[in-house]
Amino acid sequence: MKSFKFSRRDLLIGSGALAAGATFSTRVLSAAPPASAITPQLIEAAKKEGKVVWYTSVDLPLAERIAKSFKDKYPGVDCRVERTGAERVFQRIGQEYGSNIRAVDVVNSSDAAHLIVWKNQGWLAPFVPEDVAKHFPAEHKDADGTFASFRVFLCPMGYNTNLVKAEEAPKSFADLLDPKWTGKIVKAHPSYSGTILTATFQTSRDLGWEFFEKLAKQKIMQVQSATDPPKKLALGERAVMVDGIEYGMFQLKEKGNPVEIIYPSEGTPLIVGPNAVFKEAPNPNAARLLQSFMFSAECQQLAIDHGGLRSAHALTKEKAGRKPLSQIKLMKDDAAAVEKQSAEIKARYTQIFKV
Amino acid sequence: MTIALPAQAAERAKFKLDYTVPVLAGFAAVLCVLVVLPVSWLIYYSVTIGDPASNVRVFTLAHFYTLFTDPAFVNPLLTTITVAVSSSVLCCAVAAPMGWLVARTDMPFRRTVRLLVTASFVTPPFLGAVAWEILAAPNSGLLNQLYRFVTGAPQDEHLFNIYSLSGLIFVITCYTFPYVFVLVANALDRIPADMEEASAMLGAGTWRTARRVTIPLALPALLAGILIAFLQAMILFGSPAILALPAGFHTMTTKIWSLFQYPPQPELAAAASLPLLVVTVMLLRAQHTILGRKGYTVLGGKNADPRLIKLGWLAVPAMTFVVAVISLPLFLPYFALFNAAFSPIATTLVTPANATLHNIYFTFVELSSTQLALNNTFILGAASATLGTVLALVIGYATARQAVTGHRVLGFLATAPIAIPGIVLGVGLFLSYTRPPLVLYGTLWVLLIAYVTIELPAAYQQLQSAFRAVNPELEDASRILGATRLQTLRRITAPLLRTNVLATWCFIFVSTIRELSAAIMLFTSETKVVSVLIFDLKESGELGAISVLGLSMLVLTFAVVIGVNRMPGFGGTRLRNT
Repeated sequence: MKSFKFSRRDLLIGSGALAAGATFSTRVLSAAPPASAITPQLIEAAKKEGKVVWYTSVDLPLAERIAKSFKDKYPGVDCRVERTGAERVFQRIGQEYGSNIRAVDVVNSSDAAHLIVWKNQGWLAPFVPEDVAKHFPAEHKDADGTFASFRVFLCPMGYNTNLVKAEEAPKSFADLLDPKWTGKIVKAHPSYSGTILTATFQTSRDLGWEFFEKLAKQKIMQVQSATDPPKKLALGERAVMVDGIEYGMFQLKEKGNPVEIIYPSEGTPLIVGPNAVFKEAPNPNAARLLQSFMFSAECQQLAIDHGGLRSAHALTKEKAGRKPLSQIKLMKDDAAAVEKQSAEIKARYTQIFKV
Repeated sequence: MTIALPAQAAERAKFKLDYTVPVLAGFAAVLCVLVVLPVSWLIYYSVTIGDPASNVRVFTLAHFYTLFTDPAFVNPLLTTITVAVSSSVLCCAVAAPMGWLVARTDMPFRRTVRLLVTASFVTPPFLGAVAWEILAAPNSGLLNQLYRFVTGAPQDEHLFNIYSLSGLIFVITCYTFPYVFVLVANALDRIPADMEEASAMLGAGTWRTARRVTIPLALPALLAGILIAFLQAMILFGSPAILALPAGFHTMTTKIWSLFQYPPQPELAAAASLPLLVVTVMLLRAQHTILGRKGYTVLGGKNADPRLIKLGWLAVPAMTFVVAVISLPLFLPYFALFNAAFSPIATTLVTPANATLHNIYFTFVELSSTQLALNNTFILGAASATLGTVLALVIGYATARQAVTGHRVLGFLATAPIAIPGIVLGVGLFLSYTRPPLVLYGTLWVLLIAYVTIELPAAYQQLQSAFRAVNPELEDASRILGATRLQTLRRITAPLLRTNVLATWCFIFVSTIRELSAAIMLFTSETKVVSVLIFDLKESGELGAISVLGLSMLVLTFAVVIGVNRMPGFGGTRLRNT
């Protein structure tokens, strides 16, 4: 697992004086609480609340599948999934909190920078599920125990195997600028998707914004969610995708759809999607139960096997037939830098692509 | 008798209070809250900017400068005008002849045609846009697949590209022309035979009568139709969001919406909405000037049924035209949606071998927001329709009969929301109702206010033009016999217009269900409605679930509309005015 996203040291190194000061102060004032196991008392209290609301940007069918396995395991606790793009989730929660509405219990975002913001605002509850304490490496959990990496995945390129022969498929981001791909490319949007915002940050950092300026001349089809480009490939609507969720590609491919993943030679953007419980969650016990369930080996393995995600949980196994993370050249993630550049990335992207 | 009557009236007036003025004043106050409050916030935001240091808002015109100089705003503005003009012209070109065929000729299946157009009106435009994506996306679209299959054209050739300006205009027209059609057909229904017979007696032939009598009498409705079509095309959000964004261009509504993505820029959005308001006000003035003081009273105390023109052999081309037109908003899209509902991949044709119930299972069993969204939608639909109809009826009456001083202001207030894109109204309402004294954000109330405000203009226009078509002689008779204005409205005018009232109720109900743009600003996770859920699904590409949800929503909508039309005391089974 080559991710350093949540190590506090990286945060401090990557941050400017101001942000570093903020992170530092939270470190001094608080530390992670002791690990919490799922106790019969917690289950009982969760059943009394009867429901829990999970705001997430996980691809909807997978999110509902996870919710269903939670409901099956803890009958009497309903789990409602509130799914939209991570940037929308962020706006939604900000808007609701600004209006004194406390609807969100547990959150998952594919833009790890959001967790930093929420934590600094003091909105997240320190809560460490037993599995996180025991089986998650330090770089995948917040030192103060407010969040941990629920999911890890990539944002690769891809193509439709009916429309493109394997030997003709692009191998790198640079290949996409070839005129033969004009009008044949689909791409998702960083103002909607946390995955794409994170990927745009990494790609523009490593390849420069000129890459996007040239890409914009390729008459791309602009969709919103990072979950959509794989679906557009499966429909045969476009031949190649610039970015999209790897786990969606796995799912489609394993169901027999004509899609294939490309891990570009420049490196593939690495996305980490942390989960957190809100301090003022309307269903605090059910929220903790859900959070604990989602970090269990059972749920993490379900997300891998059924959903195509990758996991930081030490006891999970990668599924056969998928390229192991260790064999893929990754771009380096940097949530603290994303947090600072987020608005600028969106503005610049919109200026280049016109929407 | 003739001497006793006024005396009696005077005697009654002594014992009865006329509540007209206070009641109308009350409605004016409600309108002010509905319209003036959010608009004031918008205007205030459009000319101020928050100073982050002192948290004080200071005056600025910078937003307007940006609006008219930055190509990122000028281009969407030009696109919007192009779309609105093209689509309103197309609407009229299609809807006027169709309305005439259905109302004034003996074309077969006239009632069926009306029902089908109603059905296409019930279709939410964003659902239609999704269906047309499935049909005419350049590569995967069913029609393009058919084209390549028939002609043997290579993979990257296509006949239609729905992700384009013309594609957008086409889809918007498909779901806007019913407005014009209904207005024209209803106006033609109301033209009594005696005027046409007079024309015939004076020697005019059938066509000449149509040209000189019927069409001029229907002209106000046609103009109102063009106006509504233009404004609808201008403020529509869902279709451009679905069709224009993938193609890489914005209209004003999607641009405004994008300004509310994080980090939100409400000031620019407020400024960007004001040109739309100005255009609308100008158009309404123009309509007023054109119609002027011409008398178009056609519904008197005594009426004969309209005469129908015999088409003869022309019935065949007429039917062909009508079927072709209806297939565009209706047959083809619904075929696409049905196909997608039962297909594993939306653009693969369903065969017995690959048919699946997975999408249905997913939508109703796995998708945890479905039940909540359906409940919210139907509660809001019924509540908005009832409240909106009452408001529109009273205000329409007050302005058509010039019942109170200041009726023009009432009329303006009732019409003004049409100029406010739903999404901007959503923000206006957000600003108004997230602070004391009325903290309504996060409740269904704020959505109810949004829906009533948005639907009021069209409802008001419908009922007001209906009032105009009712000769005041019937009301005058009632007033002379001692009834107050409100009694007259309740006992004489409203029953006379009951099909219009019913039509307006159904209209608001259906429009509420179609509404997306304000809801998308105002919903919270607990107050989500079906349109928002569908838009969410659209953004992540869940075409199968959209189809299932869209189709079930329509079935439920039809059940309600038909149920209401069958309700005893509401004019039996007549559906023709809906």
